[in-house]
Amino acid sequence: MTAALINVPKKARNGDIIEIKTLTSHVMETGYRHTPRGEVIPRDIITSFTCRFEGDEIFHADFFPATAANPFLSFFTTATKSGKFDFEWIGDNGFSQTASASITVE
Amino acid sequence: MKVVAAIVLSSLLIAAGIVLRPLIATEIPASERRSGYTFMSPDTKAMQDDDTTNPGMLGVIEGEALWNRKGGSADKSCADCHHDAKVSMKGVAARYPSYDKVLGGPVNLEQRINLCRARHQQADPLPYEKHDLLALTTYVAEQSRGMPITPDPTPELQPFVAKGRDLFMHRQGQLNLACTNCHDDNWDKHLASSAVTQGMPNGYPIYRLDWQSLGSLQRRLRNCITGVRAQNYDYGAPELVELELYLMSRARGMPLETPAVRP
Repeated sequence: MTAALINVPKKARNGDIIEIKTLTSHVMETGYRHTPRGEVIPRDIITSFTCRFEGDEIFHADFFPATAANPFLSFFTTATKSGKFDFEWIGDNGFSQTASASITVE
Repeated sequence: MKVVAAIVLSSLLIAAGIVLRPLIATEIPASERRSGYTFMSPDTKAMQDDDTTNPGMLGVIEGEALWNRKGGSADKSCADCHHDAKVSMKGVAARYPSYDKVLGGPVNLEQRINLCRARHQQADPLPYEKHDLLALTTYVAEQSRGMPITPDPTPELQPFVAKGRDLFMHRQGQLNLACTNCHDDNWDKHLASSAVTQGMPNGYPIYRLDWQSLGSLQRRLRNCITGVRAQNYDYGAPELVELELYLMSRARGMPLETPAVRP
């Protein structure tokens, strides 16, 4: 079971720089740890994150081992028109999580 | 002559800081009781305060889904009996552990959830400290966020609170330390760079950055017991529930912060 928390301002004025914050649940197992019996705990991480606005990619991040569990991302964009942000996380073992949020630009 | 010698000896010991004050005198006065929150850095406080940066809120979202999921041979969800948790669970976590008439003793929130599963859902218990039980407990406890801790006043519970207090005051382990030696006597000091704190139970389940996950009060207690190199209690052991009871009575009136973030 996964969950995501998105924080996008509901309203902004044209030209405003807005902050987008995302948080998603994931164990981010590095693949470098061992069990007490010496077996390697297999890697299980998010490998990429993409944010699209009205279909156009505006932010992308690749993830690597040693990112903390439940990764938090904050980034900025300029509000130009009303529309919808789509967020997508992709990871090991077929992990996929999506979320979306809308903004009204006046 | 003997009396004079005793007085001289004891004043020397007191001067050297060797004689411990009586335990009862070292309990923190109500006016000086502080949440663990007040010991945190501004960054960690900010993380807890904003629901979109507090990773514990992920547990609340997941717990809400579990609240509405049907299960067990009765094919019932929590919501089928308790309806909207925002109404029915408000204030519940602030008075737990609570008295269970059938068992004749205290049960904590996790145990209550599993009792409910056994008695009303005919479902298997959720394993302690695993994701589902933590998420569900966090969701239930979050409904009491901001409410003052008001321990269950049932008279039958009082002997268990007293047992919890005894354990809190009891020296144990290879380091021969009681909870009180740090959390009553030295809460304003540091262990390495970490604040000792007063050991208040008002934010559980917490999202602990060190754990990178949610964890229960019992996980935290077990951490400390390992820290003093004492023999640990299993999850759900009566001793740990009694300790939870005493800690809640010690934090009476303090607002609940679940899901709190701690370093």
